[in-house]
Amino acid sequence: MSMLVLGLYIACSLVPIYWLVCMSLKTNQEILGGFSLLPAHFDLTNYVTILTDPDWNQGYINSITYVAINTVISLAVALPAAYAFSRYRFLGDKHLFFWLLTNRMSPPAVFLLPFFQLYSSIGLFDTPWAVALSHTLFTVPLAVWILEGFISGIPREIDETAYLDGYSFPRFFVRIFIPLIRSGLGVTAFFCFMFSWVELLLARTLTSVEAKPIAATMTRTVSAAGMDWGVLAAAGVITIVPGAIVIGFVRNYIAKGFALGRV
Amino acid sequence: MDKPQNQRAWLFVLPVVIMVAFSALVPLMTVVNYSVQDILGPEQRVWVGNEWYRKVLTDPELHGALWRQLLYSGVVLLAELPLGVAVALCIPLSGAGSSLALVFLGLPLLIPWNVVGTIWQMFARGDIGLFGVLINKLGIDYNYTADPVAAWLTVLIMDVWHWTPLVALLAYAGLRAIPDAYYQAAHIDGASRFAIFRHIELPKLKGVLTIAVLLRFMDSFMIYTEPFVLTGGGPGNSTTFLSQYLTRLAVGQFDLGPAAAFSIVYFLVILLFSYIFYTVMTREG
Repeated sequence: MSMLVLGLYIACSLVPIYWLVCMSLKTNQEILGGFSLLPAHFDLTNYVTILTDPDWNQGYINSITYVAINTVISLAVALPAAYAFSRYRFLGDKHLFFWLLTNRMSPPAVFLLPFFQLYSSIGLFDTPWAVALSHTLFTVPLAVWILEGFISGIPREIDETAYLDGYSFPRFFVRIFIPLIRSGLGVTAFFCFMFSWVELLLARTLTSVEAKPIAATMTRTVSAAGMDWGVLAAAGVITIVPGAIVIGFVRNYIAKGFALGRV
Repeated sequence: MDKPQNQRAWLFVLPVVIMVAFSALVPLMTVVNYSVQDILGPEQRVWVGNEWYRKVLTDPELHGALWRQLLYSGVVLLAELPLGVAVALCIPLSGAGSSLALVFLGLPLLIPWNVVGTIWQMFARGDIGLFGVLINKLGIDYNYTADPVAAWLTVLIMDVWHWTPLVALLAYAGLRAIPDAYYQAAHIDGASRFAIFRHIELPKLKGVLTIAVLLRFMDSFMIYTEPFVLTGGGPGNSTTFLSQYLTRLAVGQFDLGPAAAFSIVYFLVILLFSYIFYTVMTREG
């Protein structure tokens, strides 16, 4: 019974994705010409268009570039902070933690204009760095939140034993601690990746030509050259691929990742 | 609370503080600045006090967007939480089937938000979309580009499709954390399936459900990209939510003052609601 319900739900939730894949394999005439559940013949022209046209594939490279920068920055600054929140009490720790979370609550639309001016004035506008830095607004608080949960799951005795064994702090951190929370780092990286990859508003506003992300390429094509449904669908299918690969790796840890921690 | 006191921990937190100050505090101060000044030119600004706030708060268009937004977030929570928990209850607690189910379940979460809009744009069209064609075949006149109610419902169904998996994943994590002994005790007592859910599973799920409510509330309250792609806020203003309204004000019309004043109000509203949800849900027990 419960398997039936689950199967039904998953089937329903896959139908829209099936439709996208189906559209990407049709030519434009076929899409607009009539309604059919299956493409008449598997036509890969749309994918060829995307992979060979620099307008399109540059968008993917730009997106991956800023997502990668963002993930590295977020992990690098969030890891020590999460360690401190998890292991020590210090002046204003609770307030600081809540303040970090409020940034996750702030609508990106609020920051649109100030970000635009800030990054223009320091010459980062239309570079992957501007998008990556602006995305830290929500990825860094999230990274601290998730990592704190994972670190708190590791008994403090391990830290203390390491010091007794004569490890210095940096050596302990790199040699013992980081391997211990590998899975936590993986999940955090996954969430940073995901939230930066799916965001459009900031990425579109902070770039114009050079660093234009794939998401912006897609929306601009929609408004400018009429609807090229087939190519648009193919572009959509390709944007799902990186996420699908990553979720396969971390599926067992994802749910564990959220622990309300100290909030 | 047996953590040692150590003020040097601030050194660890410093990078985050600097980072967030740069990417959140400085821009936020700019917004506050704009909200109380009239910018006439690069070096010409006039203090206007609360004029922009008054102007924004009495704007009927904003009131419309705010009510639509509240209704939307409310319905989203009411639809996604029960559905997500129900789906989570159906996932087997172990075995190869469960991880496969999780992967398929999580798939919609990983699709870029504009692609979510694009998918539904194609899926719900009355002429070329599977969903739209089906609904029309059932004899219901459905066209989301012309009918405000249909557009609103389409955005809602899209959101349920997109985000219910998050609730389900969180709830599933919570269910997995319940020790077996609880179920055995319930079994010995001869508890019904519903009693188990009501007295064991639901109380144990409170922590993760708090997170789910907070995340879903915050994100649905800031929704921008999906309706932007799907309907562009129309037809009319029927799917113009707060972020859309703000973006139009700030980037479209370049009304810096009112946009900034509205940003501050917007932010405070989200903070207030999140705080209420959080305290209410964590108070008892």
